[in-house]
Amino acid sequence: MHPAWSVIFFTVLAGMGQGLFLMLVRADAHGAEPRALAIGGLLSVVLMCLGLACSFLHLGHPLRAWRAVAMWRTSWLSREVIVLPATIAVVALWSLEHFLGKPHTGALGVAGVLLCFALWACTGMIYACLRFLREWAHWLTLLNFTLLGWMSGATAFAAYWFALHGVQESRFAIAAALALTLAAAATRIASLVRNRNLKPLSTPQSAIGVKAAKLKQMSQGATGGSFNTREFFHGKSALVVRNIKWIALGLAFALPLALLLVATKAPVLWLLALAVVSQLLGLLAERWLFFAQANHPQNIYYQAVA
Amino acid sequence: MTQPTETPAKQLALVIDLNVCVGCHACVTSCKSWNTSGSAGPLADLNAYGAQPNGTFFNRVQTWEAGEFPASETIHFPKSCLHCEDPPCVPVCPTGASYKRKEDGIVLVDYDKCIGCKYCAWACPYGARELDEERQVMTKCTLCVDRIYDEKLAPEDRKPACVMACPTNARLFGDVKDPDSEVSKAIRERGGYSLMPEWETRPANQYLPRLVREAQEF
Repeated sequence: MHPAWSVIFFTVLAGMGQGLFLMLVRADAHGAEPRALAIGGLLSVVLMCLGLACSFLHLGHPLRAWRAVAMWRTSWLSREVIVLPATIAVVALWSLEHFLGKPHTGALGVAGVLLCFALWACTGMIYACLRFLREWAHWLTLLNFTLLGWMSGATAFAAYWFALHGVQESRFAIAAALALTLAAAATRIASLVRNRNLKPLSTPQSAIGVKAAKLKQMSQGATGGSFNTREFFHGKSALVVRNIKWIALGLAFALPLALLLVATKAPVLWLLALAVVSQLLGLLAERWLFFAQANHPQNIYYQAVA
Repeated sequence: MTQPTETPAKQLALVIDLNVCVGCHACVTSCKSWNTSGSAGPLADLNAYGAQPNGTFFNRVQTWEAGEFPASETIHFPKSCLHCEDPPCVPVCPTGASYKRKEDGIVLVDYDKCIGCKYCAWACPYGARELDEERQVMTKCTLCVDRIYDEKLAPEDRKPACVMACPTNARLFGDVKDPDSEVSKAIRERGGYSLMPEWETRPANQYLPRLVREAQEF
């Protein structure tokens, strides 16, 4: 598939916002100071709103986007369009509640956590439900969207909490970021290994229904490209894809793990800040790879120009 | 995601005979001509006279080579929306712009509801849908729905433009649910088959395989 920057930024930014909120609710449960939580919640809302704005750039007709709530019975995309604003609204209310510092029941926190997980499920299922995109059609896709988002949010929370409260108060946050980064690295690498071993089910023979052992396309019916050649091919060499894979693994997992480990021994803010930036860039590369590695069966029909 | 779809009593479709398609592209041009001026149009036609012409087509003819030279065959392969009976492109549409008609099984796009998210195109294993670059809505073969029911046309002309244009009668049109129709007979008697049956989309359009001939001495 052709990686769309709009969707890459949307899923990375919103995922970080969701992960950050989970950590804030955890801190809330342990009696953190409400103002700090409120500002953190605002940060989560900003991240999700930035993601929402990016998602609009994906549309040919952004002003009609409201129509996308219609088919929630069948479409995971429609469900995502409903759950994302709901999550933003609940997190915003939760932040307001904490900003005002009034006693609260924790109901909004629980609702927000459930919505964050529902949003990851919707995002993951948008891809995992396309059965013939076999790199995506797997439960690892759901798990990866969840853990990668949670991981980046946890690292952002660790940096934020450290900046506010210093080392003693943020040990749990650094430990959580470490554990989630390890878990996300494991599941993402598992999906990379799975992708490497996937054999395509469709062949030129099944695509045009001719049994011949040797079957070669001579022309695709267009010389100047088409939607089919623009939307479904990433157009980069195998070397570029491989390099982006190593960049993703290095920046999303390896470097943040090292920085977080050092931070547990020698806690300084810039280590954590660098881990956040590294993870953000790494996840952009990871999401690019997620699209580029998905091999659409329609590509069989677009192998030769003339 | 497999959604149980109601199977319509009537299913209009094309049956394409690979024995006689000569790859002339008359179906491609007549399709574009009809649909760019009909209810599905206008269809983008960018840089039409330049080095990289580019535009929206509902139907394209490809050419493939089977076998090893000198025993190789050239196969011209027309490709358009197959109007699947389990269309994976329909349930994924978030707005309901993409739908399958109950009355005749044609898969259509309501251009006024389409937000141009391209998700339906991702969900089609055949690459049958094309986003129109100028209008930014998803487009696809309509089986000339604005032509086949037009009572102002003579009954024999109420067929898709591609079928009317084909000089070798490689394109048959009719109701595949009616066992006595020309298309049902052709599928039954001549081994009509589906493209990419592995995805269980149950395409309504079928292809007629080339007959295997004995090598002849001339």
